[in-house]
Amino acid sequence: MEAILRTENLNKHFGSLHVLRDINLTVNQGDVICIVGPSGAGKSTLLRALNQLEDIQSGKIFIDGQLFLHRARGKTLRSVKTKEHKKLLLEMGMVFQSFNLFPHKTALENVMLAPMKVKGFSTEQAKARAQALLEQVGLGDKGDSYPSKLSGGQQQRVAIARALAMDPRIMLFDEPTSALDPELVGDVLGVMKNLAESGMTMLVVTHEMGFAREAADRVLFMCDGVIAEDASPEQLFTNPQNPRTQQFLSSIL
Amino acid sequence: MDSSSTIEKIITWMPSLLEASKITLLLTLASVSAALVLSIFLALGKILRVHNRNVPRPLLLLKETGTSAVRWLCSAYIFVFRGTPLLIQLYFIYYTLPKINPAMNIKDRFTAAWIAFSLNIAAYLAEIIRAAIQSIHKGQLEASHALGLSYAQTMRLVVLPQAYRRMVPPVCNEFVMVLKDTSLVSIIALCDLSFQTQKIASARASAVVYIPALVIYLIMTAIFTVTFHLIEKKLAVRE
Ligand SMILES: Nc1ncnc2c1ncn2[C@@H]1O[C@H](COP(=O)(O)OP(=O)(O)OP(=O)(O)O)[C@@H](O)[C@H]1O
Ligand SMILES: [Mg+2]
Repeated sequence: MEAILRTENLNKHFGSLHVLRDINLTVNQGDVICIVGPSGAGKSTLLRALNQLEDIQSGKIFIDGQLFLHRARGKTLRSVKTKEHKKLLLEMGMVFQSFNLFPHKTALENVMLAPMKVKGFSTEQAKARAQALLEQVGLGDKGDSYPSKLSGGQQQRVAIARALAMDPRIMLFDEPTSALDPELVGDVLGVMKNLAESGMTMLVVTHEMGFAREAADRVLFMCDGVIAEDASPEQLFTNPQNPRTQQFLSSIL
Repeated sequence: MDSSSTIEKIITWMPSLLEASKITLLLTLASVSAALVLSIFLALGKILRVHNRNVPRPLLLLKETGTSAVRWLCSAYIFVFRGTPLLIQLYFIYYTLPKINPAMNIKDRFTAAWIAFSLNIAAYLAEIIRAAIQSIHKGQLEASHALGLSYAQTMRLVVLPQAYRRMVPPVCNEFVMVLKDTSLVSIIALCDLSFQTQKIASARASAVVYIPALVIYLIMTAIFTVTFHLIEKKLAVRE
């Protein structure tokens, strides 16, 4: 079976800083992959590069076997047509550490906006779907609330519903619980576990080792712009091979 | 000075002063409204850049040239209109343009003043709007991108509605400044409140007329301030 997402030798520099070094990553349908590693390892940059929030200098990204982007020496060699490009981009949904909900829109409107404006859903269609998604994340009664009236955990769950509303096949999470008070983390992780169990393909940058152990099929350890170790959670947490993984784990556990 | 006859005098001047105030108010409203529309384009133009860079090289170069031309034009516009006095701009539009090209003879004084004021205010508002747009958190743009919204949709649906809220106080300030700046139209003999006041002052050799004029200006300023305060409160409730 063709991988749902694959990268070939992704490289990203910020000035003289080489943040992603020849990243080769394969994500199969239904995989739940957690990415862990020290601060500055390039975890966020990797997700952002996949989602085109950062330009890579070189490398290839394939989505569903189709070449989505091919760059070399900072120039685009091949990219799909704009329309196809957007379609492939929307195969990925993204959830940010800082939620990034639209503050001038209610929870329901936040979830409805993109389906209406990008997919051409009617208001009724979008509303019904948004309501169902809010219920899925346990916020069926919060549709009319503005983000400022919601707790961080609730805002993040709305943000998950908003990303799901575009029917992505892969969900990217960049430290979705790092900005939350400890007592609110559980609700968000619960929603993510349900999502994982429902078969969603997920790429999760996280410091929640408990979640990685329980929900992940694979855990990647990133360090200095490379994927230093790629293993099952049991393997990585109980018997890490790379000394840097060992060092990282002993520093946080 | 006999106070009862002063009051009588003021009452007899009142109709003409109020009539002239209408011009002042109308010119302020019409100029700032037109300027708001123009300034949104100027602000967006000044910060325009190529968004989808993943296109073939020649097309990218073309897009880059185009956007930098737009940026340059908008910056030049803002530079010219902020860098010269409104008084001279008004003279230029009313007196000089017809000399350059008879087709550009704007005979109606109000229209000439309206054009000059709108063009001038737009340059100031553009900077206010640009600052408001750029104050919106980057995460809003990133979330919009991840949801597949185009740049234009992101601006229209996400950024500008939030920027409007931040623009309310500076735009109110602009209204109050423009209200007072409209007194410049005396130089093209448009009969606004200041012009009418001066006419009465010189015809009747009476300086008392400045008192009702000041009061009317203050009342108009108060109307703007209160209205904007209400708008601000209303917008703050949502969110
Ligand atoms: N826009 C930027 N400009 C310059 N340098 C950047 C930029 N974004 C990130 N970096 C640098 O790139 C490196 C990788 O950053 P990244 O955010 O991907 O790390 P991370 O693994 O997500 O770390 P954290 O756990 O702290 O979120 C860091 O050294 C960071 O300082
Ligand atoms: Mg990060």
